[in-house]
Amino acid sequence: MWDWHYAWSILPGLIASLGTAFSATFWGFIIACLGGLVLAGASRSRITAVRLASRGFVQFVRNTPLLVQLFFLYYSLPMVTGIAPSAFLTGIVGLGLHFSTYMSEVYRAGIDAVPKGQWEAAKALNFNGRQTWITVVLPQAIPPMIPVMGNYLIIIFKETPVLSAITLVETLLTAKNMTSASFRFFEPYTLVGILFLLICLAMSLLLRVVEIRYNRFTTGGKKESRKPAERRTNDKSANPVANREVYPG
Amino acid sequence: MHTPWNEFVPLLWEGLLVTLEVAIYSAAAAILLSAAGGLCRVSASPAVQWLAKIYIGLFRGIPLLVLLIWVYFALPFAGVELPKVAAAVLAIGLNYGAFGSEIVRSAIQAVPPGQREAAVALNFTPAQRMIHIILPQALVRMLPPFGNLLIELVKATSLIYFITLSDLTYQAMILRNNFLPSTAQIFGLLLVIYFLLSTVISTGVGWLERRLTEGRV
Repeated sequence: MWDWHYAWSILPGLIASLGTAFSATFWGFIIACLGGLVLAGASRSRITAVRLASRGFVQFVRNTPLLVQLFFLYYSLPMVTGIAPSAFLTGIVGLGLHFSTYMSEVYRAGIDAVPKGQWEAAKALNFNGRQTWITVVLPQAIPPMIPVMGNYLIIIFKETPVLSAITLVETLLTAKNMTSASFRFFEPYTLVGILFLLICLAMSLLLRVVEIRYNRFTTGGKKESRKPAERRTNDKSANPVANREVYPG
Repeated sequence: MHTPWNEFVPLLWEGLLVTLEVAIYSAAAAILLSAAGGLCRVSASPAVQWLAKIYIGLFRGIPLLVLLIWVYFALPFAGVELPKVAAAVLAIGLNYGAFGSEIVRSAIQAVPPGQREAAVALNFTPAQRMIHIILPQALVRMLPPFGNLLIELVKATSLIYFITLSDLTYQAMILRNNFLPSTAQIFGLLLVIYFLLSTVISTGVGWLERRLTEGRV
C-alpha cells in the first residue's frame, strides 16, 4: 500500500510546490489586511451610503463560498471587462477580498474594545482627531488584534488548496498531477495532508511564541498576575478580539 | 445579451437538494463529534483529554479540501471505499467537529466556577452537575458560535464539487458549459443562492437564541 521509494521520490516536488502556496498566502494576507482597513474605515464613515455599501459587501462576501467567488472572478470577469488576469493574480485577489471582510471585523472589534472613557479623556485633553487615534486609541486597539491576525494568516494558508480549482498549480494540484502520471493516489495525497499539518502546527507554535513575547513587551516585563478564577476560564476570553471571530477552514 | 434564467432553474434545484442533503448530514455529524470532543476535552481523565486534543489538533491542521480528496481518492487504496456522499459527510463532519469541540469546550469552561461549586455543595453527582447545571448554561453560550460554524459549513459544502458530487457549484459549472455567454449571471446567481442559504441559517439561529435566552438574561 505505502511505497517508501515512491514517496521519497515525489517529496521534493511537493515541498517545492509549497513556494506557490506560501507566496499566495503572503499576498492574500497583505490584500486582506489592507482591504480590511478600507472596509473598517468605510463602515465608520459619516456618509450613510458608504457605510451601508461597506456593510453590505462584508455581509455578502462573508456569507458566500470562496470557491464560488474564485470562479466568478476567474471565469466571468474576463468576459465582462475583457481583462484576463493570471490564475495567481485572481487567486490572491480572491483570497484577499474574502478575508478582508473577516479582517475588517477584527479591526472593528479591536477599536470597539477600547473603553469609551479613553475617547472621552482624549476629548477632555483637547486632542484632535489624529492625536486621539494615534496616541490613545490605536496603541490600545492594536495589541489584542495581533494574535487574531496571525490566526488568519494560518487560515489563509489552509485555504490555498482551493486555488487549484482555478488551475493555479499549488501543492494540491501538483499532487494531483503526480497521481495522473503514476496512478498512485495514496502517497501524494497523504504527503500533502502531512505537509499542511506540520506547517500549520509550526505556524501556530510560532504564533504563540510571538504572542508571549509581545505580551511581555507591552506589559513592560511585568508578570501578569491573574486570579485563579480567571485562569480556569478559556485563555482566549481575556482577549476581546479573539472572542468575536470563529473561522474554521 | 439574452439570459435564459428559466433554463437554470431545474439543474440548480437539483444541485440545491444535494447541497442541502450533504449539509444536513455533515452538520449532524459535526454536532455529534463536537459534543463528544468538547466533553472529552473537559474530562477529568488526562488520557481522554489527550485523545480529544489529538483529534482537534489533527483535523484543525489539515485543510478540509485536502482531507476530502484524501478520503475520497486515497482511502480506497487502503481498502476503504466510500460512496461520494459518505466521503463528503465524513470529511466535513471530522473537520467541523474539531472546530465545534473547541466551541463546546470554551462554553463549558465559561460557566462561572461558582455554579459548579454550588452543585458540589448540593451533593449532585458529576453527571447531574453536567446535565442540570452546566450544560443548560453552556448551551446558550454555544449558540452564536455554532450559528457561525453552520454558515461556514454550508459554504464549505461547495468543495464537494471536487469529488464530482452534483451540488449547486457543480451544476453551475455544467450550466456554464452550456450557456457560456451567461457565465457572469450564472455565478452571480450562485453567489446569491449561497447568500440566501446563510441568511436563512443566521435568522434561524437568531430566533433559537432568543427563544432559549427568554427570561434568562
